[in-house]
Amino acid sequence: MAYRFNRLRDISNRLQDVVKMQSRLAATATEDGMKSNRSLWFALGTLAAGGLATGYLLQPNVKAADLELHPPHFPWVHKGPFSSLDHAAIRRGYEVYRQVCAACHSMDQLAYRHLVNVAYTEDEMKAIAADAQIEDGPDDDGNMFSRPGKLSDHFPKPYPNEQAARAANAGAYPPDLSLITSARHGGEDYVFSILTGYEDPPGGCTEKEDLYFNPYFPGQYIAMAPALYNDVMEYSDGTPATISQMAKDVCTFLKWAAEPEHDDRKRMGMKALTLLGMLTFASYYYKRHKWSVLKSRKIVYRPSPHS
Amino acid sequence: MPLRKENPLLSPVNGLLVDLPSPSNISYLWNFGSLLGLCLAMQIVTGCFLSMHYCAEVGLAFASVGHIMRDVNYGFLLRYFHANGASLFFLCLYFHIGRSLYYGGYLKGPVWRVGIVIFLLTMATAFLGYVLPWGQMSFWGATVITNLLSAIPYVGTDVVQWVWGGFSVSGATLTRFFSLHFLFPFILAILVVVHLIFLHIEGSNSPVGSKTPVDDVVFHVYYTSKDWYGIVVTLMLLSIVVYLMPNLLGDPENFIQANSLVTPVHIQPEWYFLFAYAILRSIPNKFGGVVSMFLSILILFFFPLLHRSWLRGLPFRPFGRMAFWSFVVNFVLLTWIGSLVVEEPFIIIGQLVALYYFFYFLILIPLLGEVENNLLFKQRKKCDL
Repeated sequence: MAYRFNRLRDISNRLQDVVKMQSRLAATATEDGMKSNRSLWFALGTLAAGGLATGYLLQPNVKAADLELHPPHFPWVHKGPFSSLDHAAIRRGYEVYRQVCAACHSMDQLAYRHLVNVAYTEDEMKAIAADAQIEDGPDDDGNMFSRPGKLSDHFPKPYPNEQAARAANAGAYPPDLSLITSARHGGEDYVFSILTGYEDPPGGCTEKEDLYFNPYFPGQYIAMAPALYNDVMEYSDGTPATISQMAKDVCTFLKWAAEPEHDDRKRMGMKALTLLGMLTFASYYYKRHKWSVLKSRKIVYRPSPHS
Repeated sequence: MPLRKENPLLSPVNGLLVDLPSPSNISYLWNFGSLLGLCLAMQIVTGCFLSMHYCAEVGLAFASVGHIMRDVNYGFLLRYFHANGASLFFLCLYFHIGRSLYYGGYLKGPVWRVGIVIFLLTMATAFLGYVLPWGQMSFWGATVITNLLSAIPYVGTDVVQWVWGGFSVSGATLTRFFSLHFLFPFILAILVVVHLIFLHIEGSNSPVGSKTPVDDVVFHVYYTSKDWYGIVVTLMLLSIVVYLMPNLLGDPENFIQANSLVTPVHIQPEWYFLFAYAILRSIPNKFGGVVSMFLSILILFFFPLLHRSWLRGLPFRPFGRMAFWSFVVNFVLLTWIGSLVVEEPFIIIGQLVALYYFFYFLILIPLLGEVENNLLFKQRKKCDL
């Protein structure tokens, strides 16, 4: 018991010493004008941080003002700085596009050849292209004609022009999907959320003719009918075609379609950053080496005796 | 005499890059000059190759950019370096100008004035270039910014239609913007040479702000090695953006082809114009807004006149320094406000920070100069007496 008491007194004495020492240090600092300076900077820093925090807190209010659900961040395998796209998913996603989306959506920047060595071999792709009928011509008699597709052909359009597309879709125009994941805030997260986010209008929201309730769509009513249902199609590799599986695959395909250079770019990035990283060290060493004499000289100030 | 000094072609280069006397104490903030040279060179080279594949026609412009991204060998690299290079250009410009404001570089009149002309012309070039991909933000950005000219009294509408080459932003606008976007960088290159020639009359300023060459060293190897190091570090940062997140600074809206019938919900310029855009939007009157926006840049011309301090730079002026950093924070706030929708509380915040922008130049700079002259020098004179 006595030992404990001594130990406590010991600790409290030591603490008091520390406090004393600190207050003495603070006093010296005040004499040097350092403390006032420091507290001024502290006050300014606190003020600036407070201002920034207020700004940050104000920002979400704007987002909440538009009554729209923002897509969550899904763990895409290609999200990492050096991660490639899932090419099996690109292949399955193209099947989804061809069998479901292509009925209404064009992809006019994409050609069959783009998919060669990305998700298909050249022979596979030639066979797929040949399934499509492409309008070509004019022939020697001046007539347009249809022929089987070739690798160099762009994906066929479902409608000849925007007016035809609108006429067939109750006035709505299905956007071209070539760049869709780049052209929407939220990218593939947004597209995935749209595809899987359909629901009945909640209480307070009415049904609207030819429009479907989707909380992720700006305005909440989208003209596109839900396109994906379980087993709406069959995958050639036997993967169960659930809604989320198809949405994930087609989003990966669309991501590739919007950024076909994605994998090459990241691979080149690895090389570039490795080289530049080494070059940074080498250049810094070279600079330091050349400057060492200047940096380590001693400059002495001798006031003139006459002044 | 060595060849580099006697050869008429090499001797100017020698004067610019080899034997040039440079202060030994200039910091890494002086690297931004050479980095801007790198930016200009990179933009000209990548832009030259891009122009080989780009097509300045309203029906083809958007598709030709897609062609560059998909079919041209390394076309995506050219485009991403060019697009993100523009952001790097402005980042370096702001550091370069900020450095000059802090250390009093603007007191070298001719260098400063040519520099502002370079800044203005770079802004014009960047604006023209942003229109070329013919996306939604290209088209509507061009519409909004060219319409600013309609605020000019009496001739405004005529001037705008003259610039458009028609009655709206159209094919004629796109082709002339392409021509000018190709031409301006070469004028910039000439102005850069003029900037350097004027600079080397007096030589570089230094953190101390001393006027005479006290402790100069030759440019090569000291500043060639230092500038090279800066270039490598900058290329590293640019590469991280270009290779790993190339669309970080872009707007999704610009991946949609221009459509004169659909207005984007939020029209806003790239980040580097947001401060001026915020000033423009903060003034409730159109003509006043346009004048304020142009004044926010042109006011830099008058900066040497507003400088009242007997000291050149801010390192020995505590109040001037505090005001400078408040101005930097204010600039960031303006950029932030420019990216937001126009609604309370951002309208009033925007008006306050826009006001502070001019308050700093017109009131704080001369006032603090005089105050600090009194505090630092007048008192000592009394003691001496």
